[in-house]
Amino acid sequence: MSSDVLPTREFEQELIARLRTGDENAFIELMDRYGASLFRLALLYVHDSGAAEDVVQETWLGVFQGIDRFAGRSSLKTWLFTILSNRAKRRGERDNRTRAFSTFDTPEGFDEGDLDRFFPPGTEDAGHWKSIPDDWSLLPEERLASDELRAVVDQAMTTLPGTQREVITLRDIEGWASEDVRNALGITETNQRVLLHRARTKVRRAIEEYMAQ
Amino acid sequence: MSGQPQTDELVDGSLLTCEELVALVTDYFDGAMTESERFRFDAHLDLCNGCRNHLEQVKSAVSVLHRLGDDDLPTETRERLLLAFRTWKRTGK
Repeated sequence: MSSDVLPTREFEQELIARLRTGDENAFIELMDRYGASLFRLALLYVHDSGAAEDVVQETWLGVFQGIDRFAGRSSLKTWLFTILSNRAKRRGERDNRTRAFSTFDTPEGFDEGDLDRFFPPGTEDAGHWKSIPDDWSLLPEERLASDELRAVVDQAMTTLPGTQREVITLRDIEGWASEDVRNALGITETNQRVLLHRARTKVRRAIEEYMAQ
Repeated sequence: MSGQPQTDELVDGSLLTCEELVALVTDYFDGAMTESERFRFDAHLDLCNGCRNHLEQVKSAVSVLHRLGDDDLPTETRERLLLAFRTWKRTGK
């Protein structure tokens, strides 16, 4: 569901029309476009991949059953996400195993952000770097592409409060535009950007700590 | 080597500090800045290799995240979803 492979609205309409007639190829096309993304997004709300798969399956069922009501006012992507997140949240609650950092129970709280990287107010160099950030372009390319680093980022994601995780997943992993994220999550543009900023700050920091090892 | 603007560059006091710039990085990437904010941001970047490195680090972090989105659906999951589709088509549920 990356932005560079977004289908045009007309193409989506055509797929939906074909899906209405029970066309299996239309379903396969949709599943290959959106299935992996729905699966990752389900994991924002449920505990394990088995539950996530159930939720994705229920989502498609909801799509089949609701397809005649889909008016195409929202994009298909947003509609899928709405169905999915409703079902996933319900499943998460029912299992009573929603992750500790779920949207429902993790407050945003105070966020120190990058404060500790700068000289504090009142000092001569207030607001300037305590130590200059490294130039990562000097690193061997494979370091930034390694599976190990992927795992580091994955782990950092699990430490984020639920709302930050939702926003950074939709924006940076799934490549959604900021407007779509705002609509899907029902948050303001400013709030969305604050959450994204906090989340990216932590992910960058996790990578930095890993690079320093 | 200094990552900071030199003191004599801060003539009108309107340049951002590194800390202020870092707080604006997401606004910058999203193009959510006024023209004057953007001007001050770029002016600081021109002078500060530390902040340039920081900006590149954030970009790298975003591209690592983006790669997490490249994974395909596991084959078995895909098979099961296809079966569910066929069941729905046959029975309507």
